[in-house]
Amino acid sequence: MAEIVSLAEAVERAIHDGDTVAMEGFTHLIPFAAGHEVIRQRRRDLTLIRMTPDLIYDQLIGAGCARKLIFSWGGNPGVGSLHRFRDAVEHSWPVPLEIEEHSHAGMANRYVAGASGLPFAVLRGYNGTDLYRPETLNGGHGPVPVMEGPTIKPITCPFTGETLTAVSAIRPDVAVIHAQRADRSGNVQLWGITGVQKEAVLASARSVVTVEEIVDELDPRPGAVVLPGWTVSFVARAPDGAHPSYALGYSVRDNDYYVAWDAIARERDTFTRWLDEQVYGVPAGRL
Amino acid sequence: MTSQVSADQAVTYTADEMMTVSAARALRDGMTCFVGIGLPSSAANLARATHAPSLVLIYESGTIGAKPAQLPLSIGDGMLAETADAVVSVPEIFNYWLQPGRIDVGFLGAAQIDKFGNINTTAIGGDYRNPKVRLPGAGGAPEIAASCREVIVVVRQSHRSFVERVDFVTSVGYGSGPGDRERLGLTGAGPKKIITDLGVLEPDPETLEFTLTGLYPGVSASVAKERTGWDLAIAAEPEIIAVPAPAELDALRRFQGMRARSHQ
Repeated sequence: MAEIVSLAEAVERAIHDGDTVAMEGFTHLIPFAAGHEVIRQRRRDLTLIRMTPDLIYDQLIGAGCARKLIFSWGGNPGVGSLHRFRDAVEHSWPVPLEIEEHSHAGMANRYVAGASGLPFAVLRGYNGTDLYRPETLNGGHGPVPVMEGPTIKPITCPFTGETLTAVSAIRPDVAVIHAQRADRSGNVQLWGITGVQKEAVLASARSVVTVEEIVDELDPRPGAVVLPGWTVSFVARAPDGAHPSYALGYSVRDNDYYVAWDAIARERDTFTRWLDEQVYGVPAGRL
Repeated sequence: MTSQVSADQAVTYTADEMMTVSAARALRDGMTCFVGIGLPSSAANLARATHAPSLVLIYESGTIGAKPAQLPLSIGDGMLAETADAVVSVPEIFNYWLQPGRIDVGFLGAAQIDKFGNINTTAIGGDYRNPKVRLPGAGGAPEIAASCREVIVVVRQSHRSFVERVDFVTSVGYGSGPGDRERLGLTGAGPKKIITDLGVLEPDPETLEFTLTGLYPGVSASVAKERTGWDLAIAAEPEIIAVPAPAELDALRRFQGMRARSHQ
């Protein structure tokens, strides 16, 4: 059964150095407050999983929390590059970052396999791409090793004989998501763009859910995903905890912030100052 | 691209506006369209605001039939969910909607594209572990390129981005030429048009190599050749594409004005 605790306690108890952590939320409901708490608690050597690393992983990577990133699209949507991510990949700053990359369809199916208790998922995809082949030519410049310990392999359909693609399951130690609401028993409700959060929580050994508010009763919402309290480890109240992403019905996406992030993240100095002022200098979230 | 082009006395427009209008015209009313963010999203929304009011816009965030009143910055802006006919999960949008070939057209951008329409959005230069430029990666594009009934690519044309062979195949066009899509089991027909800020490229029916078939007024074929990294073939008589109509420009500028204001 979910325990309702402070955000600081949830992160302390659920996330440890070296863990594999999936913070999901597809543009909507990105758990920024929880991400900042992980930075404040100076977790290290994390393997971070997320379809769209977005600003939240740019921040965690720049703060030196990550050893490896598993992802499918690492940009600032509609704006440009994630500069801290690029600096880590191109110049190993602040620490080297190993990467494992997929397509969105591949990542989504890897979560589905994890949630389903299966070792892999099957899809039509990757055929002919360099994501698939372990070695390929790089514009004639030589072999490109793409996957160390491949997570993408061909598989023959036992019924039709077609060649399809298998992707290995994702089974994180911890899933971290943000939702609109929970009740006092820790049942969690989210709606709007629900992304891959249900799959991420069900694929993970532990989970942390931050919420806009804790209410007495969860009245039904159209298209809502409900995660029963017994599937969740910790619930923490974090109003506006998705900012600059948003929580439908509570806030709107702060597009100006996404545009402004480009200049903050571009240089190590401005980023480090941002970290000091906006993360380390801010007290941990308490109930 | 901010240079003003004035092809006739009546209309002044930028090369980017011409490209977006040209891309919007490629969409027919009633089509279902899987939309990438950036230029493709601008063009798809322009089409819906002008000649294609029943165009079904589908974003990879799971929003099906989105009807945004202004251009979204991301594929997951709240107004996409609030105006959609249906909102589904991310596994569902890829597995139930895209993969079976239900969607007419995929609208993609590119960082690098080659003569067979293969797209690179992963990395440029150096090698994979130490790239000169690390790009965002695949996102939804590989399966959009594989499974939509056809694909349209919108990208600014330059010698650097239009290359003989992409450094990394993120999304497959025609692979190395005829027969490759079939051999790879890709169910969609592949890229039918590359729409640039100079004109339109279409695959040669025999070789599937992209050939210049359309030019904007005032753009010469020799400029298009200069801005292409392979030996670009030119159609016998490239179509001269009509300048943006006032209604098209008005609608596009209204969208862009709204977004600029919302960022102030």
